[in-house]
Amino acid sequence: MEASTVKAHDTFSGGVHPADNKSLTAHKPTVAAAIPKRAIIPLSQHIGAPTKPLVTIGQEVKKGEKIGETTGFVSAPVHASISGKVTAIGNFPHILGADLPSIVIESDGKDEWIGGMNENPDYLLLSPDELKKMVQDAGIVGMGGATFPTHVKLSPPKEKPIDMVILNGAECEPYLTSDHRLMLEKPKEIIEGLKVLMRILGVSKGYIGIEANKPDAIETMTNAAAGSEIKVWPVKVKYPQGAEKMLIKAIAGRTVPAGGLPMDVGVVVQNVGTAEAIYNAVRYGRPLIERYVTVTGRGVKDPKNFLVRIGTQFSQLVEEAGGLTEDAAKVISGGPMMGMSQYTLDVPVIKGTSGITILPRSEVITKPYGPCIRCGRCIDACPMKLQPSYIGLYIEKGHYEDAKAYNLMDCFECGSCTFVCPANRPMVQWVKKAKRELAKKKN
Amino acid sequence: MEAPAQAQPKEPQKLIVSIGPHVHDVESTAKIMWTVSAALLPATLMSVYYFGIPAIEVILVCLAVSLASEAAVQWMLKRPVTLSDGSAFLTGLLLAMNLPANAPLYIPAVASFIAIVIAKQLFGGLGFNIFNPALIGRAFVLVSFAKIMTTFSPTRVMGIDAKTMATPLVLLKEEGIAKLLEVYHTKAVLYQDLLIGNRAGSLGETSVIALLLGAAFLMAKRYITWHIPIPFIATVGVLTWIFGGKEGLMTGDPLLHMMSGGLILGAFFMATDYVTGPSVRSAQIVFGICAGILTTLIRLKGGYPEGVMFAILLMNCFAPLLDRGMKSKVFGKAEAKGVKK
Repeated sequence: MEASTVKAHDTFSGGVHPADNKSLTAHKPTVAAAIPKRAIIPLSQHIGAPTKPLVTIGQEVKKGEKIGETTGFVSAPVHASISGKVTAIGNFPHILGADLPSIVIESDGKDEWIGGMNENPDYLLLSPDELKKMVQDAGIVGMGGATFPTHVKLSPPKEKPIDMVILNGAECEPYLTSDHRLMLEKPKEIIEGLKVLMRILGVSKGYIGIEANKPDAIETMTNAAAGSEIKVWPVKVKYPQGAEKMLIKAIAGRTVPAGGLPMDVGVVVQNVGTAEAIYNAVRYGRPLIERYVTVTGRGVKDPKNFLVRIGTQFSQLVEEAGGLTEDAAKVISGGPMMGMSQYTLDVPVIKGTSGITILPRSEVITKPYGPCIRCGRCIDACPMKLQPSYIGLYIEKGHYEDAKAYNLMDCFECGSCTFVCPANRPMVQWVKKAKRELAKKKN
Repeated sequence: MEAPAQAQPKEPQKLIVSIGPHVHDVESTAKIMWTVSAALLPATLMSVYYFGIPAIEVILVCLAVSLASEAAVQWMLKRPVTLSDGSAFLTGLLLAMNLPANAPLYIPAVASFIAIVIAKQLFGGLGFNIFNPALIGRAFVLVSFAKIMTTFSPTRVMGIDAKTMATPLVLLKEEGIAKLLEVYHTKAVLYQDLLIGNRAGSLGETSVIALLLGAAFLMAKRYITWHIPIPFIATVGVLTWIFGGKEGLMTGDPLLHMMSGGLILGAFFMATDYVTGPSVRSAQIVFGICAGILTTLIRLKGGYPEGVMFAILLMNCFAPLLDRGMKSKVFGKAEAKGVKK
């Protein structure tokens, strides 16, 4: 397939086109980051109940050893990403902006796997339940950033039959290229992971959605999928194409009901990184202890793609990427549209960290916001067809119930409205605030 | 191998923390306002060409009083003075486009004051006014100084000695199409004069070509879209064709009506005002059609020869209602009905 002939399929209405800035790292093969001397592994790296520690201070642990046990079904265990000694259990800086319970392991330099892991080349002969159990035990969560425990998505209720699995390789966030590199470097693993997902769910339709701006990834994945039922589906380059509902619209042509989930239309969506992690779990018995991370932006000297152990601090990766520039001003966990800015580089990479974007002072917006001039750009941009201008006006005045009547709860905070707003109004910030205030009132 | 020893580690850099998105489109309120003002440049230049020094005077007074009023009110209310956002400049310029060149200079002064102070700032300033400020300013002086406001001078290039001259729409309404053709000789000349702007009228009403040039620029930049102006103008065309003729239905002259009066200026530059119009696309179409109906109604049956101003002002009242009533269906809302929770 020629790079220039990639034709994208139709997709959702709305959306925006931020400068993608992916050329900073898209062409750079992934390098393994140094094994951290000290790994900080948060007990909560997923949506759902936090895990409780299985180890005590002073205890020796091996790579891959389970150190945090789940406390509910919607939860995922955490594992040691290096071998060494547990030196602290307590609250440490977390990308969510607070200090959260974490386990600190000092490396013994040996990087030894825990024993008892057997390779099984015939993993596709295992029963769906056995496979699902392996995914659950490996602590796999949605690696696109949402970090929803994967085994939960693989356990739909009986009344919601699933007929399609979609792998998300859209990577619509500007700057990030970790999924792109993964697709180029581990295509077979991703395809095998998708086959496992299809076996667990008992479906025959498997799709991989990739934005048309990654023709090399589309070609590589198409070749890797040759001879199987799996289809690679180029999708339009438009943010937020990688949002679950938008991707399902583009690939399956199905509309997830407002307030509903992909399973309501018979679809399960997983990130390509998640698929690769699933392959490693079922084939080699390896838990999720490392992932691809793009360290990028014009605030870092030598942007790169890294293969990183969970628990590696941002500061180490920034150092390995040449260090911060003189004018580095904002460090974002994730991409610039939905990522979270950090106040310290001490925070560790967790299972959902797809990238670290570092912006220089000149690219950071600090101008104050002005009044809404009702230009309607946000209404055109909203992929959910909401009216962000009105929602923002109500929230600004504290009228949360009115904002709710304007379908506040259907907003998934993609930031398209805020991106286009000529008055620079912080719609996403208001939406987050209003949802919190409404939740408080409910309780 | 160890790297050579570096200088002492500096104090850690302070990081900026905020809620995303952390990147932003290049548009800004000020950029939009100044760009729309720039789009009025061709029409402004044409008005100076046709009406000379008096046109310049009217424009300067409108701009000066608009900017001064905006600054004064904001200073008195202890709000930040925001002249640089270009909104007061744009209001002043649009207002000038809506006034006759030969008006005594207290007319643009009073109109500008009313527009900025009453119609805009007392409603809460930029973004909160219900009615188009420039049109309120014009409506005020039109009803207060009716005689002056309906007396227009011929253009400099007409070679007419008379101090005053009726606009094409006044001639059409009061004396009929025959009289209009007597003045302009043939239909072809009439159309041509309307197109290039060689006619009596307000400053910015005259040159259809100059206005369309600016409008095309704004549409190319997507600062305005077709949703309001095209249905507005088309509705006037269709309705005047059906009802505008003296010899029965379908004998009107739609081209004459579409190019006359303030329709082109109003449809592309006034009805498209973000603040006072609807922001939902489907609501904008309804807004345009309704404004077209009202304009035609006033032109053909009302007391005034021209109805664009009142049509837009009346429709301004309905803009929030149209937005509320016509908001698009949320993604997946229709599908949500049948789903078992």
